[in-house]
Amino acid sequence: MSVEQQTIGMAMDIPHNQIAIEAKNVSVYYGDYRAVKDVSMVIPRHKITAFIGPSGCGKSTMLRVFNRMNDLIDGARVEGEVIYNGQNLYDHHIDPVEVRRRIGMVFQKPNPFPKSIFDNIAYGPRLLGIRDKQTLNEIVERSLKGAALWEEVKTNLKKSGLALSGGQQQRLCIARTIAIEPDVILMDEPCSALDPIATQRIEELMRELVEHYTIVIVTHNMQQAVRISDYTAFFNIRKITVDHREIRWGELVEFAPTEDVFNSPREQETADYISGRFG
Amino acid sequence: MINDDKSFKKRLARRNMYGSISATFFFVANLIGLLLIAALFLHIINQSMGYVVYVNRVEPETLSERPLEDLSEEELGQLILQNQPARIRVYIRDYLSRVSNDEFAEATVGAILRGREYPPEWGNIPLRDLEHEQQLELLYRNMNQRQMLNLVVENIVQPTAAKSWRLFESLFHSDDIKQQAAEEFPNGDLKFHSWLNWDFLTRSVTSSATTTGLKTALLGSFWIISITAVTALILGVGAAIYLEEYASDNWLNRAIEINIRNLAAVPSVIYGMLGLAVFARALGEITSGAVFGVTDSNGRTVLSAALTLAILILPILIVNAQEALRAVPSSIREGSYGMGATRWQTVSRQVLPAALPGIMTGVILSMSRAIGETAPLLVVGASTFIGIDPNGPFSKFTVVPIQIYEWTNLPDQTFKSVAAAAIIAMLFVLLLLNAIAIILRNRYSRSF
Ligand SMILES: Nc1ncnc2c1ncn2[C@@H]1O[C@H](COP(=O)(O)OP(=O)(O)O)[C@@H](O)[C@H]1O
Ligand SMILES: [Mg+2]
Repeated sequence: MSVEQQTIGMAMDIPHNQIAIEAKNVSVYYGDYRAVKDVSMVIPRHKITAFIGPSGCGKSTMLRVFNRMNDLIDGARVEGEVIYNGQNLYDHHIDPVEVRRRIGMVFQKPNPFPKSIFDNIAYGPRLLGIRDKQTLNEIVERSLKGAALWEEVKTNLKKSGLALSGGQQQRLCIARTIAIEPDVILMDEPCSALDPIATQRIEELMRELVEHYTIVIVTHNMQQAVRISDYTAFFNIRKITVDHREIRWGELVEFAPTEDVFNSPREQETADYISGRFG
Repeated sequence: MINDDKSFKKRLARRNMYGSISATFFFVANLIGLLLIAALFLHIINQSMGYVVYVNRVEPETLSERPLEDLSEEELGQLILQNQPARIRVYIRDYLSRVSNDEFAEATVGAILRGREYPPEWGNIPLRDLEHEQQLELLYRNMNQRQMLNLVVENIVQPTAAKSWRLFESLFHSDDIKQQAAEEFPNGDLKFHSWLNWDFLTRSVTSSATTTGLKTALLGSFWIISITAVTALILGVGAAIYLEEYASDNWLNRAIEINIRNLAAVPSVIYGMLGLAVFARALGEITSGAVFGVTDSNGRTVLSAALTLAILILPILIVNAQEALRAVPSSIREGSYGMGATRWQTVSRQVLPAALPGIMTGVILSMSRAIGETAPLLVVGASTFIGIDPNGPFSKFTVVPIQIYEWTNLPDQTFKSVAAAAIIAMLFVLLLLNAIAIILRNRYSRSF
């Protein structure tokens, strides 16, 4: 364990058994370009952790580190360790398919499959080989209830997922994710395409979900981070100029309980960013 | 000045004038295209029907009191025996023989009619040593009444179109035509005839314009296109999936992709040479069916032709399927992977179903290209005249466009009308395929 790592964990008094995922000295490269440098942090269990920071600072990139979605991008490469359940997710014998089955993801733009509501939710269980109609029915009902969508769609599960409103689509995507009962749910700006009322519903839903799941959310909306998150990680862009060429990368600046980040930030940078956006 | 009102007005008039000039030009271009198509259709339709005067070499009434259609196989056989006893052997050779023409002269009944019906005790006797009556028995035992009737009509009655007229002449000068026909062919039978009719589509090819049909060529086209479609679909979609979903972005895969795109521009006759060398010759054992126990053919078969056409349309198909796969939004792939799907699960459950209408549209359009191909099939070895309908992958073949070409090349002008009828039939099939493609595209084009 690096020294910095210990300070982050200990400074925040998170007991070891309350840590869901731990990133150690993670850097992410797209080809030769290092998008994120040397991030060490923990994701606390059954809490909502928010990632904030300016556009392009690597929030989405860092989020995708946790379920190996970066593997899908040609040329993307991750250095460092991500410890989950005592194992490094980037060990060569770990299958990313298994990682994603435990650590689910909800995307920025609602992306229901072009299938019925039922089939959208049954998709994950079917991938795992569940065929029994009765079991699938139960899973679909439980997931839709869990995502607070059941009452709106229960009479019409055959309808296409694409026919729902934006907010409903996003809740469908959440329902689809919890259908395979993951441990952790990663959400990349899940409300950025939604209107305020739909946003509020999703925020309420996240507070309910956090009873059972660990949630990490990227958001560009700082009020949202304040409203819903327990911990906040602030990322920022660093630049240096070498031989007249500007080199940029993203770094984790501050990671602490949300209250502390917004009320008594440790770093001046954080204070500037927050006041600039808030004030 | 940019805001100068007067010069603005002046310029505006000029700008509008340029606009209307180009609009007129585009309109005229369309008009020319339409006129050409209309001219083409009128020309073909004009040839495909009109008055025909038929003359029989032998009037059917002189052969039998009852209409020929009502006679039994045996009775029709007797007519052949009375009129053309020496030709019975020729008919056996043309319609029933299992041996090549070179071997036929010496061959025994058993060899010639292998697998067909004949009295077992004749098996070892050479066919030419049988009496005409005995040969006749072999003929009608293996043919049904309709086939026997065709033999009699074609070879004894021999109705021929002595003269034919085009549609427009027939419509506008019918009195002149009637008068002329009565003078020139007093025994002739003047009829208004559409060369495109059900009989024409369902009759096998013969050497006479009045009795020939498109069935042989249609079957050839059908067999070839079916095998082409299945082969090209499997290979093309497989290659496209590999390139789009599996291949990483390295120089080798990029080289493959560029090559495929270039192959789409290679003239089709070159594919014909490839097909001849590879499928008809090198793989002749397989394409002739020899390894499956078929003996009476060489490598110039339906299968060789189909594989050649499959290779020909493969590049277009791959590029098209790649585009269809690429049009599936990446958010769907991400969603699927994010749910813990494997790559194959993602491809087979999300990407392929979403891309299928696009892929099928491309398949159908390349089918309609393959149907019209002539040059490569001539090289691979389409038969210029075949008496037997193709009935499987190892048959000799001809296809509709080649048949049309053959007919237009014959000296007998009546065959021009036959060709026109075949062209209409082929255009109809092509339009049908294109319509299906358009319907598929509109019906299933999704908004994600
Ligand atoms: N697929 C990719 N290929 C190359 N560069 C990328 C890719 N995705 C993101 N980047 C780069 O990585 C940096 C961080 O991006 P991202 O994680 O999307 O930032 P954020 O989500 O904080 O806006 C940006 O400079 C971006 O241009
Ligand atoms: Mg982002």
